[in-house]
Amino acid sequence: MLDIEIDGKAVQVPVGSTVMDAATLAGIYIPHFCYHKKLSIAASCRMCLVQVEKAPKPLPACATPVTNGMKVWTRSKAAVQAQKGVMEFLLINHPLDCPVCDQGGECQLQDLSVGYGGSCARYQEKKRVFVNKNFGPLIASEASRCINCTRCVRFTAEIGGEMELGQAFRGDHAEIMTFLGRAVDSELSGNVIDLCPVGALTSKPFRYSARTWELSRRSSISPHDSLGTNLIVQTKNDVVKRVLPLNNDNLNECWLADRDRFSYEALTSEQRLVSPMMRNGEGWHAESWQIALAHVSSALCAIVSEQGGQALGALASPHSTVEELYLLQKLTRGLGSENIDFRLRRHDFRGDAVRSGIPWLGMTVADVHGLNAILVIGSFLRKDAPLLAQKVRHSALRHGLEVCTVGPNAEDWRMPMATRALVAPSGMVDTLAAIAAALAEKTGKALSDTLAARVPTTVSDDARAIAKSLADGEKTAVWLGNLAEQHPRAAELHLWAQEIARLSGASFGFIGEAANSVGGYFAGAVPREKGLDARAMIESPRHAYLLLGAEPDLDFADGAAAVDAMNRARLVVAISAFDSPVLRQVADVLLPLAPFTETPGTFVNCIGDVQSFEASTHSRGEARPGWKILRVLGNLLELPGFEQDNIEAVRDEALTGNSSCYARLNNAIGDVPVAEPPAARANVFQRVADVPVYFTDPLVRRAASLQKTADAAPPVARMPSATMAALGVQPAASRVRVRGRTGESVELRVEADENLALGCIRIAAAHASTVALGPLHGELSAERL
Amino acid sequence: MLSQESLQQIDREIAKYPPGKKQSAIMSALRVAQQEKGWLPREIIEFVAGYLDVPPIAAWEVASFYGMYDLTYVGRHKITVCTNLPCALSGGVHAAEYLKKKLGIDFNETTPDGNFTLKEGECMGACGDAPVLLHNNHHMCSHMTTEKIDQMLADLEKQ
Amino acid sequence: MSEHRLILAGLDGDRTWRLQDYVARGGYEAFRKILAEKTPSDTIIAELKASNLRGRGGAGFPTGLKWSFMPRSFPGDKYLACNSDEGEPGTFKDRDILRHNPHTVIEGMLIAAYATGCTRGYNYIHGEIFEVYRRFEEALDEARAAGFLGQNILGSEFSFELFAHHGYGAYICGEETALLESMEGKKGQPRFKPPFPASYGLYGKPTTVNNTETFASVPFIMKMGGEAFMNLGKPGNGGTKIFSVSGHVCRPGNYEINLGTPFSDLLAMAGGMRGGRKLKAVIPGGSSAPVVPADIMMDCTMDFDSISRAGSMLGSGAVIVMDETTCMVWALERLSRFYHEESCGQCTPCREGTGWLYRVVHRIEHGAGRPEDLDLLLSVAENISGRTICALGDAAAGPVQSFVKHFADEFGYHIENKKCLVLPAVQDAGSQIYVSQSC
Repeated sequence: MLDIEIDGKAVQVPVGSTVMDAATLAGIYIPHFCYHKKLSIAASCRMCLVQVEKAPKPLPACATPVTNGMKVWTRSKAAVQAQKGVMEFLLINHPLDCPVCDQGGECQLQDLSVGYGGSCARYQEKKRVFVNKNFGPLIASEASRCINCTRCVRFTAEIGGEMELGQAFRGDHAEIMTFLGRAVDSELSGNVIDLCPVGALTSKPFRYSARTWELSRRSSISPHDSLGTNLIVQTKNDVVKRVLPLNNDNLNECWLADRDRFSYEALTSEQRLVSPMMRNGEGWHAESWQIALAHVSSALCAIVSEQGGQALGALASPHSTVEELYLLQKLTRGLGSENIDFRLRRHDFRGDAVRSGIPWLGMTVADVHGLNAILVIGSFLRKDAPLLAQKVRHSALRHGLEVCTVGPNAEDWRMPMATRALVAPSGMVDTLAAIAAALAEKTGKALSDTLAARVPTTVSDDARAIAKSLADGEKTAVWLGNLAEQHPRAAELHLWAQEIARLSGASFGFIGEAANSVGGYFAGAVPREKGLDARAMIESPRHAYLLLGAEPDLDFADGAAAVDAMNRARLVVAISAFDSPVLRQVADVLLPLAPFTETPGTFVNCIGDVQSFEASTHSRGEARPGWKILRVLGNLLELPGFEQDNIEAVRDEALTGNSSCYARLNNAIGDVPVAEPPAARANVFQRVADVPVYFTDPLVRRAASLQKTADAAPPVARMPSATMAALGVQPAASRVRVRGRTGESVELRVEADENLALGCIRIAAAHASTVALGPLHGELSAERL
Repeated sequence: MLSQESLQQIDREIAKYPPGKKQSAIMSALRVAQQEKGWLPREIIEFVAGYLDVPPIAAWEVASFYGMYDLTYVGRHKITVCTNLPCALSGGVHAAEYLKKKLGIDFNETTPDGNFTLKEGECMGACGDAPVLLHNNHHMCSHMTTEKIDQMLADLEKQ
Repeated sequence: MSEHRLILAGLDGDRTWRLQDYVARGGYEAFRKILAEKTPSDTIIAELKASNLRGRGGAGFPTGLKWSFMPRSFPGDKYLACNSDEGEPGTFKDRDILRHNPHTVIEGMLIAAYATGCTRGYNYIHGEIFEVYRRFEEALDEARAAGFLGQNILGSEFSFELFAHHGYGAYICGEETALLESMEGKKGQPRFKPPFPASYGLYGKPTTVNNTETFASVPFIMKMGGEAFMNLGKPGNGGTKIFSVSGHVCRPGNYEINLGTPFSDLLAMAGGMRGGRKLKAVIPGGSSAPVVPADIMMDCTMDFDSISRAGSMLGSGAVIVMDETTCMVWALERLSRFYHEESCGQCTPCREGTGWLYRVVHRIEHGAGRPEDLDLLLSVAENISGRTICALGDAAAGPVQSFVKHFADEFGYHIENKKCLVLPAVQDAGSQIYVSQSC
């Protein structure tokens, strides 16, 4: 520890601290612009100049290391003179457009100029003007306001993983730009808006819509990925205007993924369902809650009494709250059905019978920091879980974490990669077995008896390299991603991941597909014995379906089959925040659901944190919180246990016995028999289906600005150029007809993708144009058009 | 995008730096590219960036930072005149004025026939030889009296 | 007194820069001796310290001390960099060293690499002197072919690879950390120090950066001994130094003299004042150095201490001579334009301040000065000075401060009368295209 005195205040700081760190510790604010705790030190804005004993000139607090016995004055005459000098320089070319600037009221330059700026300008020359840039649909640029702090540049390189912004030219011609005026494509791009200390980078969707002082603030939790990102939802006149990060050092730190930041636009989408709707022959009409619920109740009663409880299936989105999922399973079970599930994109449920507890990440997110090696199995990590990927990236860039992957995809994760075993879905189990075999050989530990016989005869170099990374690392982890969870042999992948983890001493777990992928288990929204899982409910169609927050065509493992099953059902009740043509096609009653900003609720994230939130606004139109809809329905059905007065009562009930939720987290799995993959056939390809980051759930699918980004481009058929050659398709803008097992075909544009295993075609799911192809993992045939 | 010869030159530059430090060759690579193309169109910058595994914007930062890269079209002969103080004391400004008059263009302009572009340069480190000017970045002309300027322009016209 | 040529010695033939000519002049003897005798690095560094050699690039930092900062037992690569990015208006000595005597730089770098344990070096050569860059590459090829560079040099255990890196037009890269950034393939924006290059240099590895002339002096120091070298100059200002004399003299050019030689002698070597006109002022150490009026300058000797006492600095040894035909407002305008053009844009005070200074000086020069402008200039200059990462801010402020201080009347006249004190016709005549007889 070092002793330092700042403004007469003695503090002790660890070796390696800067004067800025010491000041923060002492509770002293030093004005600054370029400094940011999460970015590298630029020391260039010079706003944090302070006086240091024995130093002949003022020194930047952000970059000056503390030495023992150092004396620093941050408010002395010399320090303030230096700070005021810098402020004057910052202002000479800054436009005087605060009244029309979106940053007004939350502008660091504006705030600090009150303290350090002069009351009139000595600069009488012409002000510099820059042309505004187009950074895409999310970030607005007002280039002349820029003070060249380069936070945004450093962010794209250091946090986003690829330098997308740069400071071009030099001297006072220096300006922030992208190459050739391209959009900033990072899925974390919106953070530069928060980082920009002035109004040079503002939010395109938000700008001109409200002043910061007009906004009310509510803390909330992101409903999208499994990280449980903490949010501040800002509203004006009961409308969500903006979403900002709420700092949580254990989860999202001070960052937001663009999905978390901009999905709020869907809340005011024209497709919001704002009234209960009932089918009326071929048409639809709005109905009162009373009548709609009475109808649902009597229709359900009728089917259950005629066909038995098992005629009913309940399917819920994994983005639903714990409370909603809990009441839905209670209602379903109350009606005598065990058919309840929230794992809608899953195919292989064999693990359910042999798992020991609730699957989770297997480690804390904060512990990613100390990992030496990680194996990520079957994941589009960067787009599936942008901020979890950022944690991995940070460790890989700064601390040499060796990142290995197994899967059919090897797209750019914007981080250094150690080994990527590129293997078709059908080969993934064998590859994991090979890694386990290599590990056994390397560590001298024996493979477990049941698995020893299943080890392949040849072990690839990639498998050996991955085994080496895992064996050599002191702290290591194995993660199963969304593609692994959705895999036709998911349970076997799970089993082998467990074996690899055992042999290498790694932790292992699941990244989780959605905000409540762990919470759904806590809520009991999974079938018990004799109950049907999500796949079985579709493959063996039910007479009645209760659909909660999910769209049958887009949120299921096989959207075409789901639509088909529901089309054939006598009754489909969809509780949904949005209206859609497909819902109108399959459903009989649509009940308007309040999305996460309009209801209190709870999500349990991938590490088992139970995070509850309040409603940020009132519900829109006649939409109602899901827990209330389900509770009233329970009452109408005269089911016991639906007497909760408030959401806390539901939450307490749902999480009873979960007082230590963490104790129920357990990834252990028992043996699962081998399910041989179908033999490879000529001209038959394996589908690799990613769920693109802005197609994942009903909310983000309707977020207008996100839908204008590159990540929301309509699906194409990606294939290695060797496959393109074999199919005889020329690279430029050619199209193919792709057919799934069901025989329905779709026409798609072809794109070469060398980061894809041979024998595979990657076609995104969760988009209307590819629903007809059927299952996420399936066989495809393709022909040139 | 670039000729085989240019690529070989770039490869020679890359070899000067330790493994994994290809980016160090970016200045040379851009110079080689500019020598071949006359200036640096954006797609050439992107090509060079790709060749060296550098993000395009990083290459753009470099190309826009250093004064000798031409980001816009220049004539066949780019003439850069030093007008800094030491040169100006020995006729640097006069030489520039003479060139302007002779070519009928101002700084940063190109003659209509596309033969000459005139630029005002920064210190070339040859103040003792004033007036100094640079032809196409790589050839320095010293002690440029009006007679020598006439001669140089005449020679270049013929090229 | 007359010239004392070490580095510039024997440069009268057409092919003098070639290896064989250098060897004929006794080149590579010092290095061979070190290899043969396995001279310990401490001995070399001690010799250098004894020579009192101070960096010739401008800052004048003791070279021996700098070398001693390099960590001894660093496990990875260590780098050596030669700073030949000579772009400070007035300075043109490194160009002559490299084109007339490149092997003395190579030998100096070899000795430095040996003494500091570097395995790889680069010579960063100013963008505008491409022909010199090519010549240096040829010299490197010669040295490689002769076994002076590469693995196990001359059969010893010492290995050193040396390459040339070509700049492309950025004055700031003469700042050593900007030079390192540039060598890494980035914009030449200086780094905040600490850490210094000796601990975090090229690619984050320990690195020593010296000026071309500094390296070029090393073989002579090794040959003649540190003390003898020091005794060439004044105490504390060891050795010979090349002065680049430009401006209103009869024979502009490089003059290698013992430090401590009177300025009047140097002026005489350069042929005296052009046209017999009267000396008005001298910038004695490159454009960044404060200007010194004639009467003070004529009493100075050319060494670090004397020039420093005169309120300026020896800097890179670039002597810009201005006679009575010079308008000082115009002269400052030329300088301020340069710093405005060359600011890297990183630090706020320099990025914004150099433009402000230039615009005000430009305004005064063009007859749009205001009475408050001089105070404003001084205040802006003060707000830049010492507030930036590197010295470019100070370099931009220094001339403004010194010109206004010494020639306030001339600036005042300009502002009041909207025209030059020195008649335009006189200025014009004084700065006509001039080529000395020696060419």
